[in-house]
Amino acid sequence: MVCKHEHLLDVQNLSVSFKMYDRGLVQKELKVISDLSVSVDRGEILAVVGSSGSGKSLLAHAIMGILPENAAIQGAMKYQGEDMTPEYQEKLRGRQIALVPQSVTYLDPLMRVEKQVLGAGKDAKKKIPALKGIFNRLELDESVGKQYPYQLSGGMARRVLVSTAVIGDAELVIADEPTPGMQTGQAIEALRIFRELADEGKGVLLITHDIDLALNFADKIAVFYAGTTLELASSGDFLSGEESLRHPYSKALWRAMPQNGFEPLDGFQPFSGSLPSGCLFSPRCSMCEKQCRQKIPEMRELRGGFVRCFHAT
Amino acid sequence: MRLEAKNISFKYSSNGKSILKDVSMHIDEGERVGIVGPSGYGKSTLAKLMAGYLTPMSGSVLLDGKPLRGKGVCPVQLIYQHPEKAINPRWKMGRVLEESGFMNEELLSRLGIEKQWLTRFPRELSGGELQRFCVARSLFEGTRFLIADEMSTMLDVITQAQLWNVVLNEAEKRNMGLIVVTHNQHLAERVCTRIIDLSLINNEVHSQSEIAEVCL
Repeated sequence: MVCKHEHLLDVQNLSVSFKMYDRGLVQKELKVISDLSVSVDRGEILAVVGSSGSGKSLLAHAIMGILPENAAIQGAMKYQGEDMTPEYQEKLRGRQIALVPQSVTYLDPLMRVEKQVLGAGKDAKKKIPALKGIFNRLELDESVGKQYPYQLSGGMARRVLVSTAVIGDAELVIADEPTPGMQTGQAIEALRIFRELADEGKGVLLITHDIDLALNFADKIAVFYAGTTLELASSGDFLSGEESLRHPYSKALWRAMPQNGFEPLDGFQPFSGSLPSGCLFSPRCSMCEKQCRQKIPEMRELRGGFVRCFHAT
Repeated sequence: MRLEAKNISFKYSSNGKSILKDVSMHIDEGERVGIVGPSGYGKSTLAKLMAGYLTPMSGSVLLDGKPLRGKGVCPVQLIYQHPEKAINPRWKMGRVLEESGFMNEELLSRLGIEKQWLTRFPRELSGGELQRFCVARSLFEGTRFLIADEMSTMLDVITQAQLWNVVLNEAEKRNMGLIVVTHNQHLAERVCTRIIDLSLINNEVHSQSEIAEVCL
């Protein structure tokens, strides 16, 4: 395959499944991510949106190589063109790739905040000016550095997590729901920091429910559903409205936003143990036809984006 | 019917900072009142006071002119922001629903609660799934006022719209009063008939840096 340009991060046809005990010693495989492809380029923020439980955090953990032991991965993940083997992932994480974890419980309860943000390297001391700068921007008082995580409120802990990820020289930042609990002004500032990183030539993968906020900072939006990507669109498509979007689920997301109609969609995301045989969205889709129930559509290019639907025009 | 907070003040520790001071507000049945304001201003505290989870230091919370009764089911129900903190982790979901005496099959299916979830423990369900249960159990027949404290912040927008749709529908059918605590201005404008900015009715002056947030 001839590549015109190399992605910073390239995930192709990723599947993740968990081995679980069913009854007694009988094991079963639970597929939680199937045939998922995303890529992040330098200078770009890719926002990942979609329903809760659609595998967004699992994608982040798969890239970092921190999935639990009973997880099995298939497909290809490449960082700067190189296959991400477990050894390579170990070398990358924390250095080239930084994670803003979704849960504030990732902070070490026994370590002062400052130490956690600066990290353990030889040059930790050199980062102190940078730490002051970031704390200031995120409205964290300098005294927060001397505190322990239990002394922080939810929103403060999140801001500390963001500082931890952006203070290093990581080339790729993966932010898993970085903003809930933050006030709007602080959330905007956090996203602005991500934007600046991207503008410096780094890459950012931003996982979020807050489509509204993400749209103003991201370049591209990937829409996830039941463990796969249904659409890849530019943020402009989301901003200009329903007609510019391609997949029926993305359109439904757009219509469900409080400012755009607040319209719910009947039905629920299928449980990963009982996925439909065809298109994963088909049980809730108004355009569903026979072929949708039989075959999972391939991702195809459409109007400058990508969509996984037979009918999208 | 009217739910009323009359000159209530509250602080969490007797020598600590006061959160609410001399706050008064009211809501009539059939009304949907949004409460907005920066975090740390006491929105959730006010919600807990109005639902009877906390007792004000001074002032009173009145339902139709009488204080809330401490016994029996409370006609004022509160839905928390974090459902995982509001459900007994050792109970299966079926028991959680039974406790409120509520098993309206039709409403359960409209909320998308699957039969098989009833035999699961809370840790085996996602946040969005748990929140559906919290909504379901707060909608038993005696509920006259519902207080939703950031009910849908951790949900995707479709699930958010689904839940709100059910809640608004029930509220209208039963002429319930609804208090909506949220950070999301669009959401407040969408669901509320009236919006109160807590920083304007709270007589406790918060520090300068906090006030700067309001202007954002």
